[in-house]
Amino acid sequence: MQHPLPRLFSGRKNPFFRTIDTGLLIPVPRVYMDANATTPLLPEVMEAIRPYWMEHFGNASSIHMHGQAAHRAVDHARETLARMFNCREAEVVFNSGGTEGDNTAIFGLLHPGDHLITTSIEHSAVLQAANRVAERGVEVTFIDPQLSGLIDPEDIRRAIKLNTRLISVMLANNETGVLQPVEEIGKIAADGGAFFHIDAVQGAGKVPFDVKRFGCHLLSISAHKMHGPKGVGAMYVRRGTPVESLLVGGSHERRRRAGTENVPGIVGLGKAAELAMESLADGTIERLAGLRDLLEAGILALPGTRVNGGWDGDQRVTRTANTTNIAFDQVEGEALVIALDLKGVAVSGGSACHSGSTEPSHVLMAMGLDKNAARASLRFSLMKTATEADVDFALQVVPQAVERLRALSPVAAGTLG
Amino acid sequence: MSTNTTIAVAMSGGVDSSTAAAMLAHSGETVVGLTLQLWDQTRLAGRHGIPDAPKAGRCCSLDDVYDARHVAEQLGIPYYVVNQEERFEKDVVRPFVDEYLAGRTPIPCSLCNNHLKFDQLLQTARSIGADRIATGHYAVNEFDATRDGGRGRWILKRPADLAKDQTYFLFGLTQQQLAHTLFPLGSLTKPQVREVARQRGLALAEKPDSQEICFVPGGDYKQFITAYLEEQGEQVPVSAGELVASTGEVLGHHQGISSFTVGQRKGLGVSSPSPLYVLQIDPASHKVTVGADQELATRTLCAGQLNWISIPSLTAPMRVRVKIRHRHEPAWATLEPGSEGEALATFDEPQRAVTPGQAAVFYDGDEVVGGGWII
Repeated sequence: MQHPLPRLFSGRKNPFFRTIDTGLLIPVPRVYMDANATTPLLPEVMEAIRPYWMEHFGNASSIHMHGQAAHRAVDHARETLARMFNCREAEVVFNSGGTEGDNTAIFGLLHPGDHLITTSIEHSAVLQAANRVAERGVEVTFIDPQLSGLIDPEDIRRAIKLNTRLISVMLANNETGVLQPVEEIGKIAADGGAFFHIDAVQGAGKVPFDVKRFGCHLLSISAHKMHGPKGVGAMYVRRGTPVESLLVGGSHERRRRAGTENVPGIVGLGKAAELAMESLADGTIERLAGLRDLLEAGILALPGTRVNGGWDGDQRVTRTANTTNIAFDQVEGEALVIALDLKGVAVSGGSACHSGSTEPSHVLMAMGLDKNAARASLRFSLMKTATEADVDFALQVVPQAVERLRALSPVAAGTLG
Repeated sequence: MSTNTTIAVAMSGGVDSSTAAAMLAHSGETVVGLTLQLWDQTRLAGRHGIPDAPKAGRCCSLDDVYDARHVAEQLGIPYYVVNQEERFEKDVVRPFVDEYLAGRTPIPCSLCNNHLKFDQLLQTARSIGADRIATGHYAVNEFDATRDGGRGRWILKRPADLAKDQTYFLFGLTQQQLAHTLFPLGSLTKPQVREVARQRGLALAEKPDSQEICFVPGGDYKQFITAYLEEQGEQVPVSAGELVASTGEVLGHHQGISSFTVGQRKGLGVSSPSPLYVLQIDPASHKVTVGADQELATRTLCAGQLNWISIPSLTAPMRVRVKIRHRHEPAWATLEPGSEGEALATFDEPQRAVTPGQAAVFYDGDEVVGGGWII
């Protein structure tokens, strides 16, 4: 698709805008604090993928050497993922990403009459799949979190019934970053004789994985949340887990996922996983947590701000190192997201509804926040490449934008007078 | 006015607002596109005969958001969808339903303009760092420094294309709002707007105009009211009553006053040698008065909740032309201040079907003097 118009904008009056390749004018400088939505490829990932578009273009299922080269690359990535999950290579299934993994766990294991336990703070790939199977005769229990954002494992234990076949709980929440007690839930699943699926999309590259310690049968990740390419992911499927494939066709991935392997994507996923494991070992994640804390402290210096999901009473809740979710009293979150975007800070609030506008976060509402508080909340999620300068820039822009919104707010006019 | 500021353009996905955005972007202004998400078209789907799937090409349908976004991408401007469904329901949909239930005939477009398109949009624009808004309305606004004893006033005028004149729906604009609003299409005719859209390569240059009330599928407002009340868990209030002639003679009975609007001829449920029209709806007694066409004509109207544009307030009688519904040719009248902030218009010639709930907008030549709601 050609965009003939943006060229005209090059000699613009406003020096703070420049045209990027898509034709969109964006303000500079600019920081990206929406890593939980997606992340860019790291250069090493880009380089690793490059030969697999044209040079090593083979179909990994082909007998000839073109196919063998592709197959070798897929196997190499499989080795890396097996190390990341701490599982056998044969237990790694490549797929198209987190949504497919979540859907596979639910559609692939549950039949009418079965019982599913999941939580009300899952990603919509789990929630909507759960709603779908519920329409088809599967009994579904949604467990609500506490105000801290934590799921109480005892709530899950109490929900278990004779027909409970699957428990699906996320590792890290996408909006608050709160890490769920998956190990305890894994034990409860084992006691109850249920399969356990972990949506680990938001944990990848941020916390170490160990499927044995987690006690899960299935675990889903996506490459693009950890600086890999979009449209590719992987699933851990414990040997012997009778999960049916969503897609049927060829006998790819040991008949667990039909469809020609996305070789460049899988290579990129493998490289991203390798780099993610390095980051977990070399202090990058601790540094990232430090930056997040700096950002959080800077924003909390503003009156009328609170962290959502930061505390359980006096106890700090463990969160992913890169995420903070903050409520700004008397601020329309949707307007703040736009205002920050136009000033060069990319963050998000709530979840995008069908039209692209924002709806109050179902996660925050499930935690007990009311609609207005949920609507006044924003998520800042840093990339592991974030710098102190990024945080400083955000801390210049955010307070100004918040003050302007509060000055204009009819709510504020009434209360602050 | 400084030109080096950001303008938020309200983009509905139609030709008019898209062209307005294109014109501003090409003049080198810093432009941000905003679409107000006002109503979920699937919300009442399946209730009371409302179709399951919304038709394409209506306000807030996914197709329109797609079109608006596509235009913004083509123009290379940032674009956002802002959810204002709650405010729309509170300030437009609910009053629309309540007005019908009270026997009046509301104009949701004016309520939407007053509350959403200008008040809310301007507030949203300011909160995101834009200081002016632009819309695709056909109207002209300009500042006249000589008015109001030299203090100056913002004037709202009829546009070049009188067939597309939307000033009737804009009478509620305040001086503040006019000062921060641009109407880029005011000097163009609709064919010229389409031509500009074509020249700018906008794919929707030939998209048909929308006509109906955006949230009422198929234009059947009675069906909408029933479906909406059902969704809200409310009963349609019983307002069945007598159908009477202007002499007081009872001609029959009706099922509810919300089915009637002043001037209506069809669906009265009585037969008569000469055509009968609704003359009056009494919300208290549920009595609906009908009569002959000539009985519909009245010489006066009273308007309340007034907003003045070209004058600070009405202090003395004034000769104006008054428009009493969207497709009405403004008629000469003398306007006088009434009691309790109301205004009284006495027409030179009697006017047919002066309808409570509709707007009365006063014109002095091309200028909008002000307006109010017919009582």
